[in-house]
This record gives sequence, C-alpha cells and structure tokens, in this order.
Amino acid sequence: MIPLSQYLILAALIFAIGVVGIFLNRKNLIILLMSIELLLLAVNINFVAFSHYLSDTAGQIFVFFILTVAAAEAAIGLAILIVLFRSRSTINVEELDSLKG
Amino acid sequence: MNLVSLKTAMALPEIFLAAMASLILILGLFLKESSRDKACYWLSLFTLVATALLVLNGFSSNSVIAFNGLFISDPMGALLKIAVCLISTTVFTYTRQYNQDRDIFKSEYYVLGLFSVTGMMVMISASHLLSLYLGLELMSLCLYAMIAFYRDDKLAVESAMKYFVLGALASSILLYGMSLIYGLTGSLELSVISSTLSTIDQGNLALALAVVFVVVSLAFKLGVVPFHMWVPDVYQGAPTSTTAFMGSVPKIAAFAIIMRLLVGGLGELHDMWQQMLIILAILSVGIGNIIAIAQDNLKRMLAYSTISHMGFFLFGILSGAETGYSASLLYVIVYAAMSAASFGVILCLASEGNEFDKLSDLAGLSKRNPGLAFLLLVLMLSMSGIPPTAGFFAKLSVIQALVDAQLLWVAVTAVILAVIGAFYYLRIIKLAYFDDPVEGHSAPVTVRTDSKAALTVNVLLMVAILPWIGSLIDICNDVISNFGS
Repeated sequence: MIPLSQYLILAALIFAIGVVGIFLNRKNLIILLMSIELLLLAVNINFVAFSHYLSDTAGQIFVFFILTVAAAEAAIGLAILIVLFRSRSTINVEELDSLKG
Repeated sequence: MNLVSLKTAMALPEIFLAAMASLILILGLFLKESSRDKACYWLSLFTLVATALLVLNGFSSNSVIAFNGLFISDPMGALLKIAVCLISTTVFTYTRQYNQDRDIFKSEYYVLGLFSVTGMMVMISASHLLSLYLGLELMSLCLYAMIAFYRDDKLAVESAMKYFVLGALASSILLYGMSLIYGLTGSLELSVISSTLSTIDQGNLALALAVVFVVVSLAFKLGVVPFHMWVPDVYQGAPTSTTAFMGSVPKIAAFAIIMRLLVGGLGELHDMWQQMLIILAILSVGIGNIIAIAQDNLKRMLAYSTISHMGFFLFGILSGAETGYSASLLYVIVYAAMSAASFGVILCLASEGNEFDKLSDLAGLSKRNPGLAFLLLVLMLSMSGIPPTAGFFAKLSVIQALVDAQLLWVAVTAVILAVIGAFYYLRIIKLAYFDDPVEGHSAPVTVRTDSKAALTVNVLLMVAILPWIGSLIDICNDVISNFGS
C-alpha cells in the first residue's frame, strides 16, 4: 500500500507547480487558467488521500464540490478572457498594465 | 433523513433570496424590453429588503445548527445578514443613474448582485468548511462577473481578469489549508475541528502550515498588506457601481469568515495566528495610509484607505477577546456603511462620459453642489475617525480592545498611523471647500432625487446614530457573547 506521505508530496508538488506557473508566466493568460486548475486538482488529491486514510467519505464529497466550482470558475475565467481579447486583441499577460500607481 | 431533521426553515431567508434571484433572472427573459430592467431593479431592491425582514422575523437568541451541521443560525449571523441586505439595498439605489449612463443597467447585473449576497449569507451562516467555501465562491464568482459586466471598458475587463486570477489563487490556498485541517482533525465541521484541535499537539508542523495557508488566503481576500496588490487596480478599474458594492458588503462577510474559521474553528491556535495578524494589520494600516497620500485618483485613494481600514479591523480580531471581536463587528458595519456612501458620492457626481474619479474633479465642489459637498465632509470626518461621528466610536472601541488585551505598543502604533491617514481625508475636504473649480468644470452638478435621499440618510446616520451608539455597542457585545455557545 502506498503511504499517505507520498500522496501529500505529490499534491504539494503539483500545488507548487501551479503557484510558480501563476507568478512566472508572463506570456499567456490561458496558461494562468491552467495553473489555477492545477492548484485545485492538487487540493483534490490531498482531500481524497486524507479521506481514504481516515476512512471518512466527507473529504471525497468535498472533492465533488471543488470540481463543480472549478468548472464554474473556468467558465467565468474564459468568459472574461474572451471579453478581454475582444477589447485588446491580445491575451499577453505583460500587456495588462494600464492600471498602475 | 427528512425535512424536519434538516431544519430547512432556519435557512428561509437564503432560500427566499436564491429563489427570487432565479425568478428575476427568468423574468428578465420574458418582460418587454422597455420595462424589463426597471422592473427587475425594483424587484431586486424589494427582495433585499424582504430578506432583511425575514432574517429579523426569524431572530432568536439561541444558536441552532441545521442541515446536519452545515448551517448555523445564531444572533451574530442575523445581525450581519441584516447589515448585508440593507447596505446592498442602499448601494443598488446609488448605482441606477451611473449604470444607465453606461448602458449596464441590466436585469442580469442586479441578479448577479443578489446571488453574490446569497453567497455572503451562506458564508455568514457556515458552520462547516464546505458551506464556507461554497458561500465564498458564490460571492466571488458573481463579483468577477459584475466587474467584467462593463465590457466596453478596457480598464474594467483588465481589472476583472486580475481580480479573477488572484481571487482564484486565494481560494486555492484556502482549500489547501482546509485539506490539511481535514487531514489533521478528521472532520470538516468547525465545532468538531475546534474540539479536536484542543487534544492534539500544537507544535505540529503541519498544523502551523495549515494556519499559515488559512491566514494568507484570508489576507488575500481582505486585501491586507502584503497581499493587497489587486485592491487598488480592481477598485480603480471596476465600474464605480461595482466598486461601491464590492468595497462595502463583502467586508461584512469577511468578518464572518474570520469569526467562523479563525475564531470558531482554529480558536485553539490563537497564539499562532495572533502573531501573523499583528504583522499584517500594522503593515496594512501603515502602508495603506502612506501610499494613499500619493494618489491622484479618488477610487484608488479609497482603495488604499480600504487597505488601512481592513488592517484596523484586524486589530480588534487579533486581541482575541470578546471585547475585541465586538469592536471589530462594530467597526466593520460602520466601515461598510461609510464605504458604500463614499462611493455613492462618486456615483452621484459621475455623469455620462465623466467618471468623476480624479481628485481634481472635486475642487470647488461646495460651489457646484453644496449638499453633496457637505455629505462628503461628514463622510471624510467619519472615515478619519474624528468625533462626533460613528467612525470615531468604531476606532475608539478597537483601540480600547487592544489596550484591554495588553497590546499597548500595537495600540499606540495604530493611533499614530490613523493620524497620518487623517491627512488625505482632510485634503478632500480642503479641495471641496477651499479650492476653486477647475476651468470648464464649474457647472452645478445635479443628482437624482432617489439616490440623493438614500445618500443623505446613509451619511447623516453616521452622525445621527450617536445617541444610540451605546445600544449598538451593546447589541454587538450581546451577539458576540452568544457566539459559539
């Protein structure tokens, strides 16, 4: 049986990749949305692993809700992305700099 | 399991609000184009007031757990919900003319607002990590959409994207913290988490990590330094009607999430999060107040003022005593009302093609519209905490709580930084009263009667509440002393 710690390390790594993806990415907004998705999936791994090792189903049910919310979030994110592309004809992160001060 | 054991009736206001929001959404499809938006707008206002009345009607001084531990109905929740509904109603009243001028006076805009309020109410009544998270997301997702609603405006869309990315990051960090808490305590229910935490070793590294994740995500959502980068951009870029909404009521919901999660759930770890909150709060009050001085955009300046106010509000929480919590409760309600009114003034002054968000636009306001200039005067005095306004008593009770908690140096720092903050509030008064209008901007400003009436009531309440401020403080003390019992 795979020990709990390995799942947690995997989740932590994926979470870290997501965070780094948000802060290092300077090119494409879609990669930002993918990073956000990674963050949520890392959390899901955590919940499922804990839920299995605690023999408690509540964690797995929480995962259903996170998945649903992630879908809604992606929908809104992509909608904003489309509006953004319409008004600026670019989705380059570096060019989103008209608000400063 | 049946409806009786779920105690569905406890969530009657939320159910009513969600049902009405869905109904208004559908009505918007079938009504005639000419009357649609106005009808939906009035229905939304009616819904909010009716929800507040339903909360008031169902008020009881005991805490009741419903929905198998997902939902708690208690006096603190009732007070916060009434505040949320009433302040949202006033904010919506201010938005009408502004939204009409910008062609975003649409039924969907107000439906999104209603759903956002539903999210806040779910958050306020959450007694389980799941309902807390769902409420938070419902609130935030609607806010992103309300900003991007003004889709012809480049700044609005850009700020919506920024807010979306950082908001989603904050939610993920919160979820990661929640998953660690779940792993350590084996439960998602806040009361069980609290009692399990008292039995396990507090030196646990994973526990410290969980607390850090939760505090960081709450700091992101509140917008306190060093997690404040998004606040000025979003406040400035969003259409002012949305800024007024997101700058006021969500702060009340933020108070609720802090009380439920940090104080209710992680109360055992108070020593751990108190240290973090002290750093966050002092940095916010300091940096917020100092950078606000350098702003020439009114909305951006108010954003930095929000950052400093949120720091001040954390001072009450971090004292870790009932007096501190009730001081923060008073502070956040007074702040939400003040913030709604100050954006309300900008909304009233803005006209088609003029956002009225430069500081120089305010020059000579007393000659252009003496009534609004006077309201602005009262508001700014209240914001900076000068008696005899409600803002003074809110600040006073927070500082009192800090002194009671033996955090004297924090209290002294708070007072000094608040004095620095007074500079830019008083500068606005100087601009409005002692400067002459800029060339070409000296025509009198006219304001719709309904928003003017709402604004006058809202602002004068900041002063007129004084004879009753004692009873308001008593109410806050009462609901906090019932908290968690």
